[in-house]
Amino acid sequence: MSASIKTCQKYLLQFANEHVDFRTAELTALANLYGTTLKEDNLLHHNIKSPFLEVEFASEHLAKKIAGRSVLIKSLYELWSSGSSYEELNRKLKHLPAYLIAPYLKQDQTFRIQVDGYNKKLVQTDKVRKIEDLPLDFKGKVQLKEPDNSFHLLEYYGSVGEQPPDNPYAVYFGRWLADGQRDRIGQYHLQKRHFIGNTSMDAGLSMLMSNMGQVQRSRLVFDPFVGTGSLLVACAHHGGYVAGADIDYLLLHAKGKPSRHNQKKRASDESVRANLQQYGLSQYYIDILVADSSKQSLWRTSQLFDAIITDPPYGIREGAKKIGAENEDCYLTEEDKDGHVPQRINYQLSDIFKDLLNFAAKYLRQNGRLVYWFPVYIPDYREENIPTHPYLKLVSNCEQRLTAKVARRLVTMEKIMNDTGGEINEASIAIDHYEDASFRQKYFQPNRPTPNTSNSSLIRKTEK
Amino acid sequence: MKLLTHNMLTSKIIKGVQQGYPLGITATKVDVKEVDFNPDFVSRMIPKLDWPALCKAAEDVGHSAELPKEVVPEYETNEEFLKKAHHVLLQVEVIEGNLVCPESGRKFPVNNGIPNMLLNEDEV
Repeated sequence: MSASIKTCQKYLLQFANEHVDFRTAELTALANLYGTTLKEDNLLHHNIKSPFLEVEFASEHLAKKIAGRSVLIKSLYELWSSGSSYEELNRKLKHLPAYLIAPYLKQDQTFRIQVDGYNKKLVQTDKVRKIEDLPLDFKGKVQLKEPDNSFHLLEYYGSVGEQPPDNPYAVYFGRWLADGQRDRIGQYHLQKRHFIGNTSMDAGLSMLMSNMGQVQRSRLVFDPFVGTGSLLVACAHHGGYVAGADIDYLLLHAKGKPSRHNQKKRASDESVRANLQQYGLSQYYIDILVADSSKQSLWRTSQLFDAIITDPPYGIREGAKKIGAENEDCYLTEEDKDGHVPQRINYQLSDIFKDLLNFAAKYLRQNGRLVYWFPVYIPDYREENIPTHPYLKLVSNCEQRLTAKVARRLVTMEKIMNDTGGEINEASIAIDHYEDASFRQKYFQPNRPTPNTSNSSLIRKTEK
Repeated sequence: MKLLTHNMLTSKIIKGVQQGYPLGITATKVDVKEVDFNPDFVSRMIPKLDWPALCKAAEDVGHSAELPKEVVPEYETNEEFLKKAHHVLLQVEVIEGNLVCPESGRKFPVNNGIPNMLLNEDEV
């Protein structure tokens, strides 16, 4: 009997108040990475207005591993009791089996208790009274700095901005176990990064993507639209070996325009490699190539990568291009070729995504993951806009709002079928989100363009 | 460019090229950069490699002396072998030079360690 209690421990997660749509997706990806699955029940009850979620894990060790890698989880607690009132909380606390809590209440154990209200500032006298009311017999000494055990009494008064009620909607009491990776976000902040570009991904989202891709030690990760390598920094932080490609020669060779406003010229050592070096991660650097990611036969062997993690160009701040000729019968003489910059043609967003899925279907290993952003114009978005491929299973699809009408969706897919080494260009899109207007057009036009009355000539000019 | 990367690249992207593998290497500058040895990662890469192509590439850049001609059985537990593979795969880098398509002779320049695999518009 006691064994079954021990293997079904209750834990409390406290999430940060951002990217709420990604919470359960990240949690599920990490649980899966560490070989476990969460009860569907646990996730279904998550009220995204609340930062708190009660979950069950098989062991404390496992709970710490999962929460300790999350960028959305602030803290993990061993949940001793919870309720919709203090009466309920304290009644449950009183009935806790002694063998579970006694070790932490012993005389030789120092402790502290912290009381926090979510969406309400609490006065000190109330906090003290609430602590004194707890039906627990602490025998050890109070120690505020680095105690053996840190207990937290957490109250939920509705979502931030709402008028808080007199009494909390929910109260939790737990023993602190671990914090997530929130502090790492500051450490990797783009302001302090050596090499950045116009579309460098922020540190928190980069780490989130690496988590969704289940990157871990000794895995090989590829970014086909690498830019300044911000996603690869996060992947290397998780111990993945990283490689990337980009069509922009000038960017990769630090010869392009700098992105910082107070900088006239890029330093010659601005590179993806330098970014990894900055964080002591250069041992995870494999290579960066100047290459056109629409040309997939560049790679010899299929099932090469453990994860493909990328932020394709949407055509807003960085144009989407591939190599090609605008007229069919183009020919270059030997003289032309000397110092020639290859002609680039526009790369339709829907083609980028289809190519990306075909690439992933071939070059991911079995169960490897593809993680990418898909930009959408919210009023037009439908689930059928997300591209599909028979070899790839959709794992999650989460929204990040950018403006009132524009969002991007983080799509995670897993390779489920083993390829036979041949071409498997079967990606398709049920309904093309960009069919009647490019994302750029949708993005810049306050009112959506009506079909047939196109002013595309104007848009084209600005795109070039 | 590390030889691990070289082992994975082809010039099949050129119109009309059948295999495009392995790419020849003419290097004017080769460096050896220290990389921490991780036997787990090297073991994971071995089955994905074309070993004869790796041997040839190591020879092209003058670092083939230590590399065994064949993958040994049970390489996962053979630290000596893995260390040699690690050195050639991850520590030897082509900094300046060209990668050469075996069929068309088309050269892909490597500058500052970064290979340029872009084609001109009439080659795709």
